[in-house]
Amino acid sequence: MGMDAQAALVASLGLPLLGAVGVQLLGRLASANVRDTWTVLVGLATFGSVIQLIAPVMDAAHPSLWLPGWMSGIGLGFEVEPLGLLFGLLASGLWILTSIYGFGYMRGHDEPNQTRFFTCFAVAISAALGIAFAGDLVTLFLFYEILTFSTYPLVTHAGTEAAVRAGRLYLGILVSTSVLFLLLAILWTGVIADTLRFTSGGILEGKIQGPAAGLLLLLFAYGAGKAALMPFHRWLPAAMVAPTPVSALLHAVAVVKAGVFSVLKIAVYVFGIDFLAKDGLSNILMIVAAVTILAASIRALTLDNLKARLAYSTISQLSYIVLGAALATPAAAMGAGLHILIHALGKITLFFVAGAVYVVAHKTEVSQLDGLGRRMPLTFGAFCVASFSIIGLPPLGGAWSKWFLVTGAFEAGHVWMGVVFLVSSLLSIGYLMPIVVRAFFKPLPEGETEGLKEAPMLMLVPILATAFACLLIFFYADAAYQLLAPAMGLAG
Amino acid sequence: MSGLSFHLPALQVLVPLMAAPLCFLLRKEELAQALTVAVSFACFAISTELLGQVLDGTVLVYEFGGWARPFGIEYRVDVLNAFVLVTVSMMAAIVFLAGTGQARRAIPPGREYLFYSAALLCLTGLLGVTITGDVFNVFVFLEISSLSSYILIALGRERRALMAAFSYLIMGTIGATFLLIGIGLMYQMTGTLNMVDMADRLQAVNHTRTVLVALAFVVVGISMKLAVFPLHQWLPNAYSFAPPVVSAFLAATATKVAYYMLIRFCLGIFGAVFVFETVGIDRLLLPLSVLAMFMGSIAAIYQTDFKRLLAYSSIAQIGYMTLGLSLATEAGLAAGIIHLFNHALMKGALFLVAACVTWRMGGTKIAAMRGLGQRMPFTMAALVVGGLALIGVPGTVGFVSKWALVSAALEQDALFLAFLIMASSVFAVVYVWRLVEVVYFAEPDGEIEKKEAPLRLLIPTWILAAASIYLGFFSGFAVTVSEIAAAQIFRVGM
Repeated sequence: MGMDAQAALVASLGLPLLGAVGVQLLGRLASANVRDTWTVLVGLATFGSVIQLIAPVMDAAHPSLWLPGWMSGIGLGFEVEPLGLLFGLLASGLWILTSIYGFGYMRGHDEPNQTRFFTCFAVAISAALGIAFAGDLVTLFLFYEILTFSTYPLVTHAGTEAAVRAGRLYLGILVSTSVLFLLLAILWTGVIADTLRFTSGGILEGKIQGPAAGLLLLLFAYGAGKAALMPFHRWLPAAMVAPTPVSALLHAVAVVKAGVFSVLKIAVYVFGIDFLAKDGLSNILMIVAAVTILAASIRALTLDNLKARLAYSTISQLSYIVLGAALATPAAAMGAGLHILIHALGKITLFFVAGAVYVVAHKTEVSQLDGLGRRMPLTFGAFCVASFSIIGLPPLGGAWSKWFLVTGAFEAGHVWMGVVFLVSSLLSIGYLMPIVVRAFFKPLPEGETEGLKEAPMLMLVPILATAFACLLIFFYADAAYQLLAPAMGLAG
Repeated sequence: MSGLSFHLPALQVLVPLMAAPLCFLLRKEELAQALTVAVSFACFAISTELLGQVLDGTVLVYEFGGWARPFGIEYRVDVLNAFVLVTVSMMAAIVFLAGTGQARRAIPPGREYLFYSAALLCLTGLLGVTITGDVFNVFVFLEISSLSSYILIALGRERRALMAAFSYLIMGTIGATFLLIGIGLMYQMTGTLNMVDMADRLQAVNHTRTVLVALAFVVVGISMKLAVFPLHQWLPNAYSFAPPVVSAFLAATATKVAYYMLIRFCLGIFGAVFVFETVGIDRLLLPLSVLAMFMGSIAAIYQTDFKRLLAYSSIAQIGYMTLGLSLATEAGLAAGIIHLFNHALMKGALFLVAACVTWRMGGTKIAAMRGLGQRMPFTMAALVVGGLALIGVPGTVGFVSKWALVSAALEQDALFLAFLIMASSVFAVVYVWRLVEVVYFAEPDGEIEKKEAPLRLLIPTWILAAASIYLGFFSGFAVTVSEIAAAQIFRVGM
């Protein structure tokens, strides 16, 4: 028997914090190996606790925990529902792999301040889980801000002038959008709905209508600046100055997914899908998301820096999820939920590969990758698999989320939005495939020796694991579907 | 009721008043400080007890010498002024733990007892203004607190402190004179100085031009003391050249009491209907508050001195408080009152951080604070906490204030105003982050030797910083009290 659901909830929120304290202590007192082993152990324990929550949620029980005594009428509390559980599983599961990868990267690269790095990492994961399990908007906002501040030292890790400047942009955009728009939207919701709890079916129906409701939705969507909707997307490419494990976990999974997760959660549990579908409430958001999808894809085509190209690809893919939420049909929302999971697996693999290439060959630009696939066949094989998943080809996970999203667009009668998804797939072939083609089919540049030189084991294993997961999820997508179905109002 | 507890309202003012000359007689610094701290804590205890007695809505009336109004002076304690009394005496008790807060340089050795005498007199004045039910008494106590605060400011290390104190004296005197003229006009129209009687009798004559002029004089006079934009010119100099502990004390108490006076006169005496509906003072106060929020925050961004930055930030924060009043609703006023308390906590903590920095570095130039995060980790952690509270990050008291204020604005359907409040806090992000970058991410010049401020400075700093977080999470009591206070004073004016 597993542990009590509430205990599992407390453990999954508290363990990463305990992990952070442990990393600090062990970083001072013990060797790097002890410290890093501790991180992995805590990661496993956290993931284990989150897994314990699956059974109760599948039984339609929502384990919850409310702390009394915050501002009058406002509790601080957590409640596990399917969507949050999926995000929690994702963040805590990939944390383990990224940690292992991070040890390889940081050591292979002899980075300074590794203790601070892994401490902030653990705090960020704790914050991501807080967002995942938040029971009301205030709790969500609290952890949203903690996530911003705890990742700031990770972005500026290098300590260079460029890193500090990027950090300023990162913090500037994320904090100001959250304070200006998100907090305002939360307060507004509080005043008109008299509650801030996430509730199945939403809390706003009948309380607000017309343009005001559309404005509120936009405030929420832009307020979750981590969703990188244009024109507030600049922080994400800027954050690429961080070490690659950060880009991989935070800027492909935890941070950006926290943004789109918030948007989706608000769409489902604050507005309610039915309410959103009325009167073209979400039309403007739909257009904004569609523009972001296309513009970011086109921008990605033009970039030579590998991480920057991946960053713009992320911006584009994040808006798939926002668009899915805005389409407001059960199928589209399901597609959006699945895409959170499936895009994360694909994109983290791509970033892992970018980091491995940097550590092994010290290359950062796409144009430098000629022939590298023959020296690092496993690494680039993984890159190829993950790219197919992002593009949405079967038999990889991406096919499912795209299927639901496109179906949802047609169901909602927004044919053009379906077309946007399809065009964007073509564009993603355009910016991802040339990398694979170069790596495998072009000759190595003059003066570079042939012969295998793969990434270190600590990096290679996570790369292969996440690539394999992209494949696996195609066959086991039903499990995720069953988990999310009740939240989206679909039959299980 | 009889015995000691009956006389609590009188003791609230008399205890610090008697202790002030006692400090003068004690002479030795340690004894004087011990007495000051002990007296401040006694005041804190008294005010807490008073708040407990009035929380159910009763109003305590204490007649001096048994002379009932209109012949004698009476003290009146309701929830609003009990809450302000608690704020003021609590901040005094915590701040005075830090002593004079400076290495013995500014104050001639052996004369420190004068600092404590002046500080106690200032406390007396502030408590007196808050507790009294007599408008002329307000003026007298205001002068006591003002005169002693000029002395305290003049004790600053730089010679410019004298100039700052002098210009504060000029501005403060003008303000007090305005107030006195206003009170005179009100007396002329009503024939009484007692607040309750005055409020009653003003109803009959408030259509006259004299009362209108009286209101103008009173509001301008108090606004001067409160540093409402654009009457704030004295504040940056006074706060930045005064000894940092004095800045901490004044920032946490003096402007708060001025804000209380504004509420008391506007709502408690002139009455909400007259002030808001007949005269429409909110139409003037609201734009000025918004301007203060923006101008103060923007000016803070460009400061090169830490204390000066805090001073400009205070102007912006005062804007939040007056904005609460100018919303002309109970919810708005409650937001202003809760911010009065919360801002005292965070600004007190930050000025004490400035005291720590001054003690260690000899000044508070921001450029000289490079890399202090490594040298004074505890002090700088407190700076981060205070800064986050100024921004209004959730989990700090600043968030509680912002929540209340924006909710109040939204209840009035003032969406754009709510947006402006949010926008102004983005500027707070900028000036706070500038500090954090200098302190944590700039390379320190010279030696990197860890050397913290002494514990007697660090402990009060951290009491306030910890309170800013604790009360950010457990704000129920403070919020409830401010709501009761706002409801009560609004009813009086109706």
